[in-house]
Amino acid sequence: MAIVELVREDAPTAREGARPIRFRRVERNDVLAIGGSAIAASALAWLLFTRLTAAGVNLGMFVVGYLLFLLLVWGIGREQYDAVRARDLVARAVFWSVGLLLIVPMVAITVYTVAKGVAALTPNFFLEDQSRVGPLSPPSVGGASQAIVGTLEQVGLATLISVPLGVLVAVFLNEVGGRLARPVRMIVDAMSAIPSIVAGLFIFAAFILALGGQLSGFAAALALSVLMLPTVTRTTEVVLRLVPGGLREAGLALGATEWSTTRHVVLPTARSGIVTAVILGVARVIGETAPLLLTTLGATAMNANPFSGKQSALPLYVYRLFQLPQEVAIQRAWTGALVLLLLVLILFVTARIIGGRGAGHISRLRRARLAREGLA
Amino acid sequence: MQPIDPTIALEGFGPRVEDRVRPVTRRSGADRWFRGVVTGAGAFTLVLMGLIGLFLLIRSLDALRAAGPAFLTTAVWEPDGGAFGIAAVLLGTALIAVVALSMAVPVAIAGSIFITDYAPARMRTPLIWLVDLLAAVPSLIYGLWGRAYLQPKIIPISDWLSAHLGFIPFLDADRAAGFAASTFVASVVVALMVLPICTAVMREVFSQAPPGEKEGALALGGTRWGVIRTVVIPFGRGGMVGASMLGLGRALGETIAITLIISPTFDLGRLTRILETGGNSIASLIALRFSESSSFGISALMAAGLTLFVITLLVNAAASIVVARSRSGAATEI
Repeated sequence: MAIVELVREDAPTAREGARPIRFRRVERNDVLAIGGSAIAASALAWLLFTRLTAAGVNLGMFVVGYLLFLLLVWGIGREQYDAVRARDLVARAVFWSVGLLLIVPMVAITVYTVAKGVAALTPNFFLEDQSRVGPLSPPSVGGASQAIVGTLEQVGLATLISVPLGVLVAVFLNEVGGRLARPVRMIVDAMSAIPSIVAGLFIFAAFILALGGQLSGFAAALALSVLMLPTVTRTTEVVLRLVPGGLREAGLALGATEWSTTRHVVLPTARSGIVTAVILGVARVIGETAPLLLTTLGATAMNANPFSGKQSALPLYVYRLFQLPQEVAIQRAWTGALVLLLLVLILFVTARIIGGRGAGHISRLRRARLAREGLA
Repeated sequence: MQPIDPTIALEGFGPRVEDRVRPVTRRSGADRWFRGVVTGAGAFTLVLMGLIGLFLLIRSLDALRAAGPAFLTTAVWEPDGGAFGIAAVLLGTALIAVVALSMAVPVAIAGSIFITDYAPARMRTPLIWLVDLLAAVPSLIYGLWGRAYLQPKIIPISDWLSAHLGFIPFLDADRAAGFAASTFVASVVVALMVLPICTAVMREVFSQAPPGEKEGALALGGTRWGVIRTVVIPFGRGGMVGASMLGLGRALGETIAITLIISPTFDLGRLTRILETGGNSIASLIALRFSESSSFGISALMAAGLTLFVITLLVNAAASIVVARSRSGAATEI
C-alpha cells in the first residue's frame, strides 16, 4: 500500500555502496540547505515588510517569513532530489525549528528574572525583615528574612510529613503490593494533578475550620505536604523498581525477614534515588503560592514559630509586593523571584546529578566512612 | 499446616494436589508489623483523597443548598448578594485551558519527535533537561514573567490577529477595550507551563515505537519523515491524546500565573472574545476572593473548588486510562 509512496526514486542499492542510515545523524547538505533557506527567508521577509511595503515588523512578517523558509527548503529539496525527499527535508526543517524553539522559554525566563532581580540582591535581603520597610524605602533597607525563614520552616515541615509517608507508600506499592496496590497507584497519580489551590482549600476546611487550628506556617506545611506526597511517592517507586530482584532474593534466602531486607538491602541500594525524590518534592512545592494564600496569610515581621500566628513565605512575599504600585516594591518582588528561581534550579540540577548515578552507587564520602567502620 | 514429607515425592507418588509444595508464607512478627504499617500508609492515601472530596463537599453544602441548580448557570459571583454561579468562571477556565492546549500540543508533538528522532545524541539530554526545568519553574514566576515580559510582546500579536482574523469566532475584539490581561495572554503562559508534561509523556510514547517497524520502513527506502508518518505517529496516537489530556488537567488547575495576568470579568461576551482584556478562571476566583469573603462566601468558594477538583480528577483519570492503554495495547504486530 502506502509504503510504495514512501520509497524514494533514487533509493541506494547495495551495489552503489549505500551508507548505513543513522536515524539522528545531521547531514552537512541538510544543514546548508536549511540554514541557507532560513537566512534567505528572513532577509526576504524583512525586505518585503519594511522596505517594499510599509507594514513594519509584525506577526505577519514572521508568518510569511516562516512560510517562505519552508518553501525555499522545499525548492532546494526538489532541485536536488525527488518529491519524497523534498518533503523529508521540509519535515526536517519543521522539526528542527520546533526543537530550537523549545530552548527559548527557559532561557528567556531565566535571563529576564536575573536581569530584573539582581540589582537588589544584597546581603540585607537575607538578613533584615520587612517590618521597617515603608512604601518608598530604597532596596538597601529591609529584606525578606522573615519570608525566607517561613519558607524554610514550611517546606521543612512538609518534607518531614510527606517524605516518610511517601517512601512508605512507595515501599508498599513496590515491595508488598497486593490487591490494594492498583487503586493506591491510581489515587497517587490523581493526587499529583490536584490543583494547588484545592489543597489549600482542603487544609482550610479540615485543619482550620473543622479542627480549629489557626492560620499558621504549620497549616501551610500541611497543604504543601499534600502536594509533595505524590511527587515523592512516584519518584521513589520508580527507583525502587530499579533495585535488582536478585538482591532482594539474596536477602530473603539468607533468612532475613522482609522488613530487614527492605531496611538493609532495598532502601540503601536506592538511597540516591530517594534523595532525588526528596529534592524533586521540595522543588515542586517551594514556589507554591496559591495554598499559602489560604493557610498562612503572610506577615511583614519575623515570626519564627510555624505553629502559632501568620507567617510569611517567599512566594507570598513576591506575590504581594508585585501587586503594589511602587517601583521599589516590584523591584523587591523580582529579587524574591530570583532567589526562588535559583533555589529551584539548584535543587533540580542536584536532583539530576544524584539521580544520574546508578542504584547502589557509593559516594566518596560514604566509602571513607564505611572504610573506617571496616565494612568496605 | 502439616510440613510435607519430601520422601513421599521421592517415592514417585508425588504430593496430592492439596499438599503441593508452596513457598513459605509464615511471617515473623516484625514482618507482620512491617506489612501492616506499609499497607496502612497505602490505604492512608486513599483515605486522604476521600477526605479532600468529603471536606470540600461538607463545606460547600451551605452554598450549594442556597444556590440550587442555578449554581451551574449563573454568571456572576456575589454570594452575599444571593446570586452566584460558576458559569462565567467555568467558561473562562475552559477557554484558557483549550487555547493553551491548542498552542502547546502541536509544539509538544513536534518537540518530542525532534527529541526522539532528530536531535543528535549530544543535544538530547540538555534539551530534555531544559524542557523538564520548565516544569520546575514555580507558577508564580511564570505569572511575573508573563505580565512583565511576555504581555507587551503579545499585545501586538493580539492586535494583528483581531485585525486580520477577527471574522473567526472568538478572535474578534473590541479594540477600545485593549488587549492586555486577556484570556489569550494567560493561555500563552499556561501553554508554556503544560508543555513539559505533554512533551515528557509523548517523548516516552514515541521512544517506544517498535524499532523493527521503523527499520523495516527505512529498509524499504523510506525517508525519516516517512518513518515518522507511518510508524511513529500512528503508534503514538493514544499517547498523544493521553498526554494532551494530562496537560488539560494541569491547565485547568493553574492558579497563580493566571491570577497575576488576567483582569477578572464576568461578562460572557467579553470572556468569549479571547484576545480582548478580561478573562476568568475558577482557581483565580478562589485566590482573589478568599481573603475578603464572609463565611457564606467561603462556602461558595468551596463549592467552586469542589467543581474544579471533580473536573480535574475526571480529566486525569481519563488521561491515565488512555495513556496506559496506548502503552499496553499498541504492541508491534510483527
